[in-house]
Amino acid sequence: MHRGQLTPPGWSIERRGADAGLRLTGDWIAQETGVRHVAEIRAMLKEAAGAEHLQIDSRDLGRWDSALIALLLGLRQEIAAARQPFRLDESGVPEAARRLLALATESAGLGVAPPAAAPATVFARVGAAAISGWYRTFAVAALVGQVTLRVGAVFRGRLQTRAGDIMQLMSDAGAGALAIVTIVNTMVGAILAFVGAVQLRRYGTQIFVADLVGIAMVRELAAIITAVVMAGRTGGAYAAQIATMQGNEEIDALKALGIRVYDYLVMPRVIALTAMMPILYFYACAVGLIGGFAVAVTTLDLTAAAYLEETRNAISSTQFLIGFCKSVTFGTLVALAGCHIGMRAGRSAAEVGQAATRAVVAGIIGVIAVDGIFAACTNALNI
Amino acid sequence: MAPHVTDDDVLRAVDLTLAYGPSVIQQKVSFGVRRGSVFAIMGGSGCGKSTVMRAMIGLLRPAAGEFLVNGEDYWAATERRRTDIGRRFGVVFQNGALWTSMTVAQNVALPLQLFTHLDAESIEILVRLKLSLVGMAGTGKLLPAELSGGMRKRAGIARALALDPDILLLDEPSSGLDPIASRRLDDLILELRDGLGATIVVVSHELPSLLSICDDGIFLDATARTAIAHGSPKRLLESCDDPTVQAFMTRERLGSPLHGAGHGDQ
Repeated sequence: MHRGQLTPPGWSIERRGADAGLRLTGDWIAQETGVRHVAEIRAMLKEAAGAEHLQIDSRDLGRWDSALIALLLGLRQEIAAARQPFRLDESGVPEAARRLLALATESAGLGVAPPAAAPATVFARVGAAAISGWYRTFAVAALVGQVTLRVGAVFRGRLQTRAGDIMQLMSDAGAGALAIVTIVNTMVGAILAFVGAVQLRRYGTQIFVADLVGIAMVRELAAIITAVVMAGRTGGAYAAQIATMQGNEEIDALKALGIRVYDYLVMPRVIALTAMMPILYFYACAVGLIGGFAVAVTTLDLTAAAYLEETRNAISSTQFLIGFCKSVTFGTLVALAGCHIGMRAGRSAAEVGQAATRAVVAGIIGVIAVDGIFAACTNALNI
Repeated sequence: MAPHVTDDDVLRAVDLTLAYGPSVIQQKVSFGVRRGSVFAIMGGSGCGKSTVMRAMIGLLRPAAGEFLVNGEDYWAATERRRTDIGRRFGVVFQNGALWTSMTVAQNVALPLQLFTHLDAESIEILVRLKLSLVGMAGTGKLLPAELSGGMRKRAGIARALALDPDILLLDEPSSGLDPIASRRLDDLILELRDGLGATIVVVSHELPSLLSICDDGIFLDATARTAIAHGSPKRLLESCDDPTVQAFMTRERLGSPLHGAGHGDQ
């Protein structure tokens, strides 16, 4: 279409007794000269009211596109809906426009009627929420059950998966995460030492900075911080990967081939993260302690030997055992949350994003909640 | 065959060479598309049909040669100008390529919202019109995931029609459709051509559809890496004596490789 000078579209109604004529003039180009609204079409019909025929006269019509078809379609619909319908004579409409009009109306029946979405009552909404809540709980339980049942298969080497996949996932979740785990945990160790130094110096008990950093890192923070990092980094990625596969029908393809989706997608991820998290935990302890050590020795009046000796006395193997147990649990939890949310995601691009977000949030909240349970248990056991 | 309008070619490729990095897909491809025609880009799978189309819609810069739109060199133009030219193209991708997180109606409305100054009611009217043109009236509220393959393709056409394009490019329109749905789509393409006065370029290897709708075309070959025949599919079927084209058109095995191999071994 050559978009040169356009004359604005116009219409006028001419009455000749029982006949009315709708004269169309100017250029009817949707993007340039707009589309006639329903109100305007009603105004046309109001002017023609009382006539039996409405003849369309397009002798002075310039160029046209969808705007004209939309007008003609609108006229048809309004006339059909009017209380006193009159005959629409479209013989004056350009041939090509008539063909499009025919196409638009004849194929209208081919489409599927939209599912009648009745406005949900409060009653229905509460019910739906309860059912979906129950279903979700059930789905989580089912996933945990499936994974537990397949643990036996892991040790018997009967898992339907490829060792190479697990190695790749381990490398992604382990070695791939080293940089961020190093940065975050060194900083946390250093910050602890700073905060401790400022407070403890007032009582002349600077040496206890070593106890503070040691116990806090080993028992709590190394495991939690690493798990939170992994929830953001790996849990979100698991959810996004699986949700994308869902959208591409890749999971359907696995199922159709008879491959157990849990074995092939969920188990390798759970195994990889559960195996890597404790290793990352020990590493995180080490870098955290080094961070604390560096800050303490440089800002406080302490010798390196005294600090190390104090640290060695402060952290027992029990502390490590607690941290280790936590990291294993956190690893399993983050992987399960990511996989579960990915498997239940919808099939659109937006839902992949939502799944990743939900997996990260669920992972972090889960880690902190489980840490609370650990605290209660160790307190009860006096360890 | 007499052209509809004695106008110049709407699209013209002159010695187009297409490559992904160092690997040349097609070279020295030349063709012209007449206004109002249904032009076929034919050839076997993997011969670079879709690559040629990518160069026509601004997704792949040709390594050499010119692509002219109404006489204007598309790839020599500035990026802004290319966007302006491209806006007069409607592109239908192979699987519809609908935006999955939007409803069908939103898919069709987006180009109108981004590229025109129309108000919401006008856009709604146009969206309904485009959807009913492709037989999808009343499906506006559905998400792409809820559509069948054929409906997704038709929704893709509705989206391509949103801006009333002069040129409609379709990549494998009938792949994955049953013969009846494919036939209906062919009819739709012809109706749209006649109604809108648009020029249509079809990338396809589906013989029945090629033969029934296209009145001009080009045949690309993967081995020769260039166009080996020009003309409408019907003419190629009747009178082209290139063995590859004949084999494609008559669905025969090229040079009957089974026989050839057998004799060679003995």
